[in-house]
Amino acid sequence: MPLQVKRLLIVFVLFIGIMLGLKYFLTPESWREYGAYRGNALTEISDKEAKYVQTETCAMCHDSIAELKTQGAHKSIQCEICHGPGYKHIDDENIDMNIPDDNQFCMRCHSKNAASPQSIIKQIDAVEHSEGEECINCHNPHQPWL
Amino acid sequence: MAIKKENSSRRDFIKNSSMFAGGIVLVSLLNPLKMVYATKKPKGKGKWYGIGIDIEKCIGCASCARACKVENDVPNEPFFFRNWVEQYTITNDDEIKVSSPNGGIDGFKQPVPDDEIYKTFFVPKMCNHCAKSPCTQVCPVGASFESPEGIALVDKSYCIGCGYCVQSCPYGCRYIDMENGVVDKCTLCYHRLQKGLDPACMMACPTGARIYGDLNDKESAVSVFIKENNCAVLKPQLNTESKLFYNDLSQEVH
Ligand code: HEC
Ligand code: HEC
Ligand code: HEC
Ligand code: HEC
Repeated sequence: MPLQVKRLLIVFVLFIGIMLGLKYFLTPESWREYGAYRGNALTEISDKEAKYVQTETCAMCHDSIAELKTQGAHKSIQCEICHGPGYKHIDDENIDMNIPDDNQFCMRCHSKNAASPQSIIKQIDAVEHSEGEECINCHNPHQPWL
Repeated sequence: MAIKKENSSRRDFIKNSSMFAGGIVLVSLLNPLKMVYATKKPKGKGKWYGIGIDIEKCIGCASCARACKVENDVPNEPFFFRNWVEQYTITNDDEIKVSSPNGGIDGFKQPVPDDEIYKTFFVPKMCNHCAKSPCTQVCPVGASFESPEGIALVDKSYCIGCGYCVQSCPYGCRYIDMENGVVDKCTLCYHRLQKGLDPACMMACPTGARIYGDLNDKESAVSVFIKENNCAVLKPQLNTESKLFYNDLSQEVH
């Protein structure tokens, strides 16, 4: 074997050795558990607290309102869309939920827009329809038709 | 001075080089050196999440965009979105106007009077959780990956914030979280799925325009949705194998 090839081989072997050593010390735990990433990342991401607890949890204490809501047009709407996330309230009921009482809130969904399909959502003109009153004076938000 | 010539025959050359090539293939089969493949759809029972969006049912209330921001601590300013709603308005003069005021959270207004509108509709957008996701392929450190369930996720403690993935996503679904300088994106609320809850945007939709489920289970909501409707994905020509299926998608949408 020519001398220059031998020298080059020594350099190569050294280089590969160092890289393998670095790989051993720098690869994080659980790497390649499922693929070319840290397997622990999955548990870290799923450990995050959920803020919306969903209607079934609210119904454990507010059963009459939940019952009322299932009979009205708003049955498909989660409590927390209107009242905000409930993860703190379910542990300590003194932490108040948001009570949306301005008309603008209802108009998020019910305002007139040609892009909203009429068959899916009934749309009204806020000023004309409510005549300056609050929506919830005439409609129960939990069951819009009483 | 004469140079010593090694007189190797052609046969020797072919023999040596094919042995060398074969050796490399053999070594590459060793477990720790195995090549990197994308996550594959699990055969049999494993979950493989997909999403369905019914454009006919979207009323543009942006409850999904709001709920997502709250659930996932997404910065409140515009331009940081994991999911948002766009309003498409096509006028009688064939002009296409797209608007998305603060992702829809500020409320939609039609830009032209109703009698000038040829067609108008809302398109909710979010991460497509592609099976061949460009964003996970470009990550130089392996911080962007697909979970075994087919959800594209970011390992935030490993991300170096280089922003390659933000540029590579053809759907614009990633952003740099300014607080930590790392990338962030839709996780399909992985933390909620693992707890048996619905993703925040799915939960928040008042009309059931958003559907998700296991594509491997042919009885799941999303499988039934795809079966019963004529669905399309965004930018199919890019071959990203997007798993977000739109019903009634107009060709104007990009
Ligand atoms: C552990 C039982 C419990 C659960 C679960 C619960 N609540 Fe309550 N909630 C209460 C009690 C008790 C009150 C009355 C407290 C008061 O009057 O200040 C209350 C009050 C409220 C109020 C009125 C607050 C006010 O300022 O008057 C709202 C709105 C509300 N709850 C919504 C919800 C929603 C939405 C959920 C589901 C996320 C929920 N609650 C879950 C016990 C519960
Ligand atoms: C469409 C939006 C909306 C939804 C959905 C909704 N609420 Fe309400 N809720 C309101 C509004 C608006 C008020 C204030 C009513 C008032 O002041 O008369 C209110 C008031 C309340 C109150 C306090 C006042 C009272 O009537 O005792 C409670 C408790 C409450 N809601 C619980 C719930 C629960 C539990 C759910 C889910 C089952 C729910 N809400 C779903 C809009 C909503
Ligand atoms: C998150 C979106 C949303 C919000 C916010 C909302 N609604 Fe609704 N509302 C709906 C949906 C969806 C329906 C059922 C579809 C339909 O029939 O219009 C509905 C139905 C109704 C109906 C019955 C329409 C009918 O005749 O079928 C009334 C009345 C109504 N809502 C009033 C209100 C009022 C008052 C508020 C404010 C407290 C409000 N809504 C807030 C989504 C919403
Ligand atoms: C003065 C009482 C009153 C107030 C205030 C009021 N409504 Fe109504 N609303 C009615 C009555 C009565 C009807 C049924 C008759 C009709 O269709 O106009 C109705 C119907 C509706 C419908 C169904 C429309 C349809 O086409 O069937 C919706 C949606 C609605 N209201 C939403 C609202 C919202 C949102 C507000 C607040 C901006 C509001 N209402 C304020 C009395 C009221």
